[in-house]
This record gives sequence, structure tokens and C-alpha cells, in this order.
Amino acid sequence: MYKYDQYDQAMVDARVEEFRDQCRRRMEGHLTEDQFKPLRLMNGLYLQLHAYMLRVAVPYGTLNGQQMDALADIADKYDRGYGHFTTRQNIQYNWIKLEDAGDILADLAKVEMHAIQTSGNCIRNISADHFAGAAADELVDPRPYAELMRQWSSFHPEFTYLPRKFKICVIGADKDRAAMKLHDIGIQIVKNDEGELGAQFYVGGGMGRTPMIAPMIREFVPLDQLITYAEACLRVYNRYGRRDNKYKARIKILVHELGKEEYTRQVEEEFQHMLDQGIEPPFAELERIRPYFADPAFETGLSDDIDRSDPDFALWVDTNTHAHKAPGYVSAVISLKPVGGIPGDATAEQMHLMADLAREYSFDECRVMHTQNIVLPHVKKADLYALWQKLEAAGLGTANLDQIGDIIACPGLDYCSLANARSIPVAQKIAQRFEEKGQSNTLGELKLKISGCINACGHHHAGHIGILGVDKKGKENYQLLLGGSEGEDTSLAKITGPGFDEDGIVDAVEKATEVYLNEKQEGERFLDTYRRVGMAPFKEALYG
Amino acid sequence: MAELISENPAEALASGDVQFRFRDDELVSDPAVTVDAFVGQSNAVAVRIEPGDDARELLPHLDRIALVEVNFPAYTDGRGYSAARILREAGYAGELRAVGDVLIDQLSHMKRCGFDAFAPDAPLNEDDAKAAFDRWPHVYQSAADDRTPIWNLRHER
Amino acid sequence: MKILTGNNLETGAVVWWEGKGWSLHVDDAVDAGEEFETLLATEEAERRVVGAYAIDAERLDDGRVRPAHIKDRVRALGPTVRPDLTLKPNDPNAIAEVL
Repeated sequence: MYKYDQYDQAMVDARVEEFRDQCRRRMEGHLTEDQFKPLRLMNGLYLQLHAYMLRVAVPYGTLNGQQMDALADIADKYDRGYGHFTTRQNIQYNWIKLEDAGDILADLAKVEMHAIQTSGNCIRNISADHFAGAAADELVDPRPYAELMRQWSSFHPEFTYLPRKFKICVIGADKDRAAMKLHDIGIQIVKNDEGELGAQFYVGGGMGRTPMIAPMIREFVPLDQLITYAEACLRVYNRYGRRDNKYKARIKILVHELGKEEYTRQVEEEFQHMLDQGIEPPFAELERIRPYFADPAFETGLSDDIDRSDPDFALWVDTNTHAHKAPGYVSAVISLKPVGGIPGDATAEQMHLMADLAREYSFDECRVMHTQNIVLPHVKKADLYALWQKLEAAGLGTANLDQIGDIIACPGLDYCSLANARSIPVAQKIAQRFEEKGQSNTLGELKLKISGCINACGHHHAGHIGILGVDKKGKENYQLLLGGSEGEDTSLAKITGPGFDEDGIVDAVEKATEVYLNEKQEGERFLDTYRRVGMAPFKEALYG
Repeated sequence: MAELISENPAEALASGDVQFRFRDDELVSDPAVTVDAFVGQSNAVAVRIEPGDDARELLPHLDRIALVEVNFPAYTDGRGYSAARILREAGYAGELRAVGDVLIDQLSHMKRCGFDAFAPDAPLNEDDAKAAFDRWPHVYQSAADDRTPIWNLRHER
Repeated sequence: MKILTGNNLETGAVVWWEGKGWSLHVDDAVDAGEEFETLLATEEAERRVVGAYAIDAERLDDGRVRPAHIKDRVRALGPTVRPDLTLKPNDPNAIAEVL
């Protein structure tokens, strides 16, 4: 894992002092709320439905045990004993006091954490593949590049007041597990014909009210030009992104309106100009960062056998583990989606346990997934049973990864001041319905994603089944979408038709799964069947 | 780089007066004309960039400019930061003045992008402004100022 | 009627205008009439509230105050999925009344 040096620590400490000072000036009346709001947002502090909410950055989703413990301590000391892991691989707390914010940031800084740029119209926390450095199918660990970009984007003097927020994602495998093409900039680290590593740039993807899949604008940027190229992409956006309408201000609109070719031309022109401006970090910096992400000391000669005699354990192994590059190891996913629970929430006690388990079983490392679960990336297969038993005992052993109960849900109207409808109760009811039907594990891969408003924090556009909460004359109403996917086969879901009330949407999801079960051919997932048969049979079942 | 010069105490300043300046030369007091007017006429030495203007239109004329004002009608509109850097990257060495909705918490980034004079609509608290200019012990990126990025400090011999 | 709501600047707590100051309980809210802009501006300027705005609500026969929109009813109570964290953790009907 990356470790701060004196410089990183000095910068984070300076930020704590800056924000303390900003809070003081706000509380003493030297800053108006209009002046303060963008400043607090750039430290992850929102004013939400019930209180201030603090979003803490988890760069590229990686945490060690000490950091997870610190997150738990913050939940206990400053909040109400829990936190919510988000689709941006971050964690947020729902009951924060402005007067505590400086102290919380100081506590975070002690464990090399912060809330820098977790909101605001700036470059946000950089996300990455949650199986980075572990996955059997990976070309290269994307996190050194994400870390380089973290440093570059932190307190960037030119790009702190962009037209709108800006999200970057870096992956290092062909299989995209991080919704890379649904980011403002998605980067895949690739190898060219000469065997050199480089960055493939996708620009202008996103969800929100105008979902778009990012087009590739450059097949191969040499690694010693990575930062300069990113800077060129951002400068064109900062200068020409729309500022007249916040709903058209994301870079996807600029790329769409200019056209991919014209946007690319402008970026290339800016890039040529910037090449001799000394923007690029010394290549030695990348070489300095890389060893922090080197493999831990995997044992060799381990057996790949797993004792599957306990059927509940065997089911969990089948659903919640992922192939590892080292023989005898797997990545194990801790589900934060117990049936009837709040997707992504974890208590302080559970966080402490996950920290302990990371130390005991996974080289002191865990990851936050964009699906709001936690990964222990490097677990010996021989330890899996003991691990699972401890998870089960703490309510963290649900076997449902990528299945109908593994629902992404935004906080919705229960917590969020932007939401039009509640998301969490819908997720709870759906998980319960399929549990009662005994279908939690029999429908196969089925990614269900719920957003409580058009801003799409719950990624409903990318759900095999998506649900969008809307306000219909003061009542909560839910639209059903089908056929979305993130990953290497990224597609955007389509709305089936008129919306449903809360119970109606649960029934509608059930009907959609019935169509799938009737129509499916051997080996097809829900998404495959939908793509083959199209919308018509689903519409017929839902509205016919 | 010249030391921070606070021309006058905040209470003696009027809206739009230069409050902070990091230059030793004489303050340029010529009225700034629009980019269109400047490009079309030959005798002005001061020009004012609005957020939608293309700073690159000035590049052929840099040798006759003594002052560029970059207007921030709202501090949340960040186009002026790119305009400033573009001018500095092209070698512009004259005064680069941030005007308009210029507030404490943007001063440091503005200075990094090449601004060396600040004329806020509402004069700023001097202590808070000085703290803001001195806020960052280091910087990660190279920009239009002369600070050495952390990256280079790490790999210096 | 129109009632006024916002958050406490330091704590972030949801508050309601009760005529002289701000209360944590929506049932204390009073009819603000139509002339509340000056009041809101003053209260914001004095930092007694942040993000204040007016909403429609009705006073029920039993004296309680019910905001017209579900969002404000959730605001007044707390998250419906965590009854233990609402202002009425021991009232079994509290959540049903929000919906």
C-alpha cells in the first residue's frame, strides 16, 4: 500500500488547518453560506436532509486495517456508530456537526486519510478496479497510476473551479470491474505491440440525467506523458465546458456537442503545446510509487483445495470469491447487503472486525468496491472457512455477490436532500421478496441498481435491472429499466414504461425475473436473455 | 518574486482597487479595454479578459501589453485560471491582475496560475489573505509560478 | 400554511421556526404568513440558521404540524429505515405517518 512521505503528510495537514480556518471564518460570519458552500464541499462536507454529511476519500478504494479502525472510531466518536460505503469507493457519515469537522479531518490525517475533493466541481477521488493487484486476469496493477493522478489532481490550481465535478477511473485489466467507461475520464493501462505500457484514454462518459458511454480518444498515451495528456483533457474542458446550465456542464456534454473528433483534436493541440511546459512529473516518481503496490509475501506451494462439506460455506465460496493470481489464494468479498439491511452500511463494530480480518487474513489490506461491498484481496484458500465463520457470526457472510440481493442503492430520500424517492426500502423489500421465494441464489448474475433521483448515484442506468425513483405529484414513484451493464460490455438501460408505486415496483421486478426464467436458454444470464429477446416480452408481462 | 505588497489598509480601499501585488514595477493604471477592442486597435496597453474570451487571441500582441486584467464575475467560474496560465506559458511577463469576485480562499491557486496582482470587488481581511498566500508548504504540480513540485523535490540530488 | 425550516449552522440539526427562534420539533412550527423573506435573510445573516426555506404545511386537529411534501416529513422525523435514529424512536406509528 502507498505510504505518505513528509510531503504528502504536510499537504494533508495543511488542508486540515485550511479547513479549520474556513469553518472558523464561516462560524464567525466572515464567509457567507454561498461563499462557504463550495469550500466545504471540496472537503466532502454536504448539508444533507438531516444534518451535515461528511464523505471521506478512500483513494482507489484501498484501506489498511488501521485506516478501517480509524473510520470506525470516527463513526463512534462523531457520528451515530455507523458509516455508508458509496459507489465511488468512499465512505460517508450522515450525522456530522460543522464544529467537529476540523477535528475529524485531523483524526483522518493521522492515518493518512482525508476528505479532499470528495465533492465540488473539481477532480474527485480517483477510483480503480477493486481487485487490483490480486485478479488473475490483470495485466498490471492500476493503482500506481491512480496514485500519481491523486497527487496531480490534489489542490490543482487550474482545475478547482471546473464547470462541474470530474471523476477519473483507472483499470489495468481487460475486464472492467469499475464502470470505467462511465467516468469523465476512464483510463485503461494497456501494452502496445512493442510491449510498452501506456494509458488508453476514454473521455466523456457518465451517468446522471444524460447517461453516456465514453468514447476512446487516444489508444496509447506513453506513461511518461500521462499527466500532461490528462492536463490537456482538463484544460479543454475547463475552457469550453458549458457553464450556462449545470445540467449540461459535465464533460460528456462537451464531447457530445463538439463531437469526439473535434474534442480530440483540441486536446491533441493543447497536448502538443503543453509537452514542453514541464508539466510531467519525473518518471522516477512513478518508479518510486510502484513498489508500494508490489505483491505482498505470498506463500508458495499452497493447495488450491477447499473443503466444501459445509453447503452454506460452499455457496459463499462460489458466489463471494474471485480468482487470484497467486496459487492458493483468492479475493474474498464481504457483503454489506444482508437481506433486509441497508446496502453499504456498516457499523463501527463491523468495521473494526473487518480491520481485524484484513490484518489476520489479507496482509492488512481491504478494498471498497463500487458495489458497496468490501474485499479482502489476498486470502489463503486454507483460511477461507475460518474467515467465513467469523463473517457469518457478525452478519457479514451473506452469499450474494452480483446476485439479486446484492443491490446498489443510493441513500435516497431517507438521507439525501436531492432525492425524489426512497431507495433503501425498495432494496430491502426486493431482497426480502426473493429470499422468501428461495430465489436469492438461483437467478444467477443479476445486477440490480436503484437511484432515488435522476442524478443516478445508484447507477440505475448500468443495472441489468435499474430502478429510478421519481416524484409523481408529491408521491414516490419508481420507473423500471432493463438491460444496462457496466464493464467490458457497457450498455445503458432502457425504461420499460410507466412507473410503479413502492409495492408495485417490487412486483414488477419479480415479473421481469419470471420472464427471464421462462425465456432463458442454457447458460444465459438475465442480461443475455434480455439482449436476445428484447424489451417486448418484458413489457407484455409488466403492462400487457 | 517580490514580497506581498498591500498597497493600503483594507479600510482605505475602494471596490476594485489593487489590494495585493507581487511586483516591483509601477502600477499600471491605464483603463483596460476588451479583448476585441484590443486586438483591433494598436495603442492600448491594458486589456481585460472576460470568462468567455480566448486568451490565445492576445498571444501575437504580448510585447505591447503592460497589464492583463482577468475578470471573475463569480469566483466559481474557473476559466480565468486557464487564461492566466496560457498567458504565462506563452511568456507574458507583464502584470496579471485578478479582478472581480476575488476572495480569500482562491488567492493561493490564482497566484500559482500566474496572477501577481489582486483587485477584489470587496477588500479582503489582510491577515486572512496573508495566511491564504502562505497556506501550502509544498505543491504537487508545476504551474505558472516558480515553486518546485513535490515530485521534483523527491528526486532532486 | 407556510412554515420555515433550515439547519442549525454549527450542528446541522434540522430546525423549524417557532416564532421567536428555532425548534427541533416540527410541531412547534408556526404559520410564517407570506412575509418571511426578510426574517429568513436576518436569521441567515445572524447565523442562527443555514439553508432556510419556506414550505407548505397544515396543522392537524390534534395540534401537530404536517408538512405537505414527503421530503419535509422525512426531514422532520429522520430516516424511515432507521427508526432508532428518528426523533420518535418509541412511536410505532411515526414512520407510517410520514408516508
